[in-house]
Amino acid sequence: MVNFSLNGKSVSADVADDTPLLWVLREQFDLTGTKFGCGMAQCGACTVHIDGQPMRSCVMPVSAVKDKVVTTIEGFMETEQGKAIEQAWVEAQVAQCGYCQSGQIMSAAGVIKNAKGPLTREEVLDGMSGNLCRCGTYNQIASAVVNAQKALS
Amino acid sequence: MELKSVSRRSFLVGSGATMVGVMLGSHGLLNVVQAAQDSTNGDTFSPVAWVVISPDNKTLIYSPASEMGQGTMTSIPAILAEDMELDWSTVSIEKSPSNAKLFGNPRFGGGLVTGSSRTVVGYYEVMRLAGLQAKLALINVAAKAWSVPANEVVAENSVLRHAASKRQMTYGEAAAQAGDSVQVPAVDKNMLKPMSEFRIIGKNQPRVDVPAKSSGKADFGIDAKVPGMVWAAVMRTPVQGEKPEKVDDTKAKAVKGVQKVVTLPYGVAVVADTFATAKKARDLLQVTWSETSKTRSYDSDVALQEFVARAEKVGEAGDVWHKEGDVAAELKGAARTLSATFTSQHVAQCTMEPMNCMAMVNGDKITFWVPSQSASIVTGTAAAVGGFKPENIQVNITYLGGGYGRRVEADYAADAVFLAKAMPGIPVHVLWTREDDFLRSRPRPLTAQHIVAGLDDKGNIVGWHQRVISEGIYARFNPKAYKASGNKDAPVMEGADTIYAIPGQLFEHGLEQRGLDVSFWRGVGAGYTKFAIEAFIDEVAGQTSQDPLALRLALTKDQPRAQKVLEEVAAMAEWKKPRPEGRALGLAFSDTWTSFVAMVVEVSMNEGKPVVHHIWAAVDCGHAVSPRNIASQIEGSALFGLSALLDEKLVYKGGQAQQTNFHQYNLLRANQTPLVDVKVIPTDNAPGGIGEAGLPPVAPAVANAVAKLTGKRVRTLPFPKEI
Repeated sequence: MVNFSLNGKSVSADVADDTPLLWVLREQFDLTGTKFGCGMAQCGACTVHIDGQPMRSCVMPVSAVKDKVVTTIEGFMETEQGKAIEQAWVEAQVAQCGYCQSGQIMSAAGVIKNAKGPLTREEVLDGMSGNLCRCGTYNQIASAVVNAQKALS
Repeated sequence: MELKSVSRRSFLVGSGATMVGVMLGSHGLLNVVQAAQDSTNGDTFSPVAWVVISPDNKTLIYSPASEMGQGTMTSIPAILAEDMELDWSTVSIEKSPSNAKLFGNPRFGGGLVTGSSRTVVGYYEVMRLAGLQAKLALINVAAKAWSVPANEVVAENSVLRHAASKRQMTYGEAAAQAGDSVQVPAVDKNMLKPMSEFRIIGKNQPRVDVPAKSSGKADFGIDAKVPGMVWAAVMRTPVQGEKPEKVDDTKAKAVKGVQKVVTLPYGVAVVADTFATAKKARDLLQVTWSETSKTRSYDSDVALQEFVARAEKVGEAGDVWHKEGDVAAELKGAARTLSATFTSQHVAQCTMEPMNCMAMVNGDKITFWVPSQSASIVTGTAAAVGGFKPENIQVNITYLGGGYGRRVEADYAADAVFLAKAMPGIPVHVLWTREDDFLRSRPRPLTAQHIVAGLDDKGNIVGWHQRVISEGIYARFNPKAYKASGNKDAPVMEGADTIYAIPGQLFEHGLEQRGLDVSFWRGVGAGYTKFAIEAFIDEVAGQTSQDPLALRLALTKDQPRAQKVLEEVAAMAEWKKPRPEGRALGLAFSDTWTSFVAMVVEVSMNEGKPVVHHIWAAVDCGHAVSPRNIASQIEGSALFGLSALLDEKLVYKGGQAQQTNFHQYNLLRANQTPLVDVKVIPTDNAPGGIGEAGLPPVAPAVANAVAKLTGKRVRTLPFPKEI
């Protein structure tokens, strides 16, 4: 039994301690916005926030989030920052197949949060290079992140 | 899933209940079937199978193709809305049911297949005619209600008007009073309005799937869930074609939550309450495999050398794909000939959503929830593998987390058929791991190509002989159709032709059958055939001291659409303007899928590898339904091609894929992304394909820039580790 905060609520995961957080989120809590892509922290589709920082949930045993604050895309979309990023994503018509975009958005939140000043395209692309997009939406992601940061500042 | 119009109006069942629809004849030819509509319920009106009009003037349009990021879920309804004179803001869109008779693609013989850049191409005329027919039916409703001649009623923005009597009604009001005597007139393409009157086609309709995909709310196949669902993971034979001979599942069965272990013809599956459990237990299976498969002898590096040797045997007759004039005579009479050999390695599709499928068997019926490019092929698989009758197979297509040709295949559906049959009444969801995806990639074929070009004494190209050696795709996937076509393997040979004015042309395929299943990929053949053609055109330009742009303009002098995109991209990239030290431009052109694309790239070299800084593309795909989406598709497919040329390579040794996950197979990342500018030039021509059209020109354009920078001609895909 692992206790942690999930999208603002205290929860208990009743699974084997080594179960990856990704599958606990998807299967026990039915939070399917977080995606399975590679299972080895290479593609970023499974990105969630742990204590406010983007992390890969596919390689993280659920025991590692004991007493921590976990936010998934579902929880993040309820925040002001989440709504601003969502709007920027829609305006830039970023998504193609869309499968990687939850992870992209969760990583983008970290890039914006950790930015020291107005972000350039290159800084965003560097910051987002842990998240694969097979459809090739990187340029649209960059412009959406730049715009979201402006909207939030 | 049932048609809303069917369930609410019951017009396929019950006496006198018939429907009006655009249907497809047995040969995939358009056949507008006309009948009266049912009057059992006056709420909604479906003048054609594609639309349902509600009294509140809302219109639901069914979109037939699988949405995998290409945007056709939105663009197909936009085409219908154009000729139906719909107010686009009143339109909602749903994926159509998997009813091929009603919604099949004429360009796939009436099948439900999404691929080969044929969705807009295939449905364009169908949707325009259906829209026109629906509009005329509504006009007839109003004309009857007002007792005026139909030709005095004007339809515009979902409203019908009679100017002389100053009367009007919305489509919704007309729908509410459409009785069973509504006349639905026959239509033909001569009745369609001209391009100059388009209000929706050519505008940027926001994609209907984008909001849900921008908030984590979109459900993909992996997210499909029905009560009682269980998960499955499959341990597959390391080498294709082997069988499990001995299975020790003691450890797997000991894992809490495991429900069943099922032996499949090609693997062993574990079914459990969660996927995490199924995978954990699967990894504990001890399986002894047979060692008899032909594929065991397959070594891709060795095969490539043998393909090269065969490609260079220019006297060996191949299967003719494309022929013009007499190439032998032209080459014989040429003042000089040039030749070169090109190769391409296997590449994997790498959809971000791994293969998966859910199925449930009830008695003699099976239902699927599946991210597939083809409901028809899933249906065929259920019939062939599971013995289900087609009428007992229901296929629900979800959003696809990428397709790129991989989801035309239905091997994941075969998994689900076996497992659902083993657990009747229980929905079984099988999910592949990324390692499974690489193990059974069914990659793009390995190829060797040899080109011989003949030049006259002025340096004009008079003959072009290109031989492509590769494993077949259709030869395996659809051997009957392959043989019937005279051994034309369309996906393999895609792009192996040209509109260039070359009097003698011969493009041939030499089929190899080494036992590895190769398959569709984004752009498939055009990814390597256009690479060879366009890189070699630049070699000819270099040998004859011609500017690559001038040479292409000369070769397309009777092709105004090609000329226009070439001139346009040259202007966009400032082709003639000198570049900073260490940078160079490369140009390439593609005419595949009847779309004309010219592309220029700006490149520098870093430690022997090209760095692409900027891509410019000019595109003429005829009627451009949604230019912004077209530009996104060109950009996305160009980046797909860039990823492949830089570092993608799936190596087989002893029949087994050597790369297992993204740490060994490098996809393009955000920080490698060039700036991309795409200009869409609409012309009054039938639409060409777009989902793949940016891919063919990118590799040759980069190779042509690299040649300028280094003096070395790159003839391999991917490019060498160090040039």
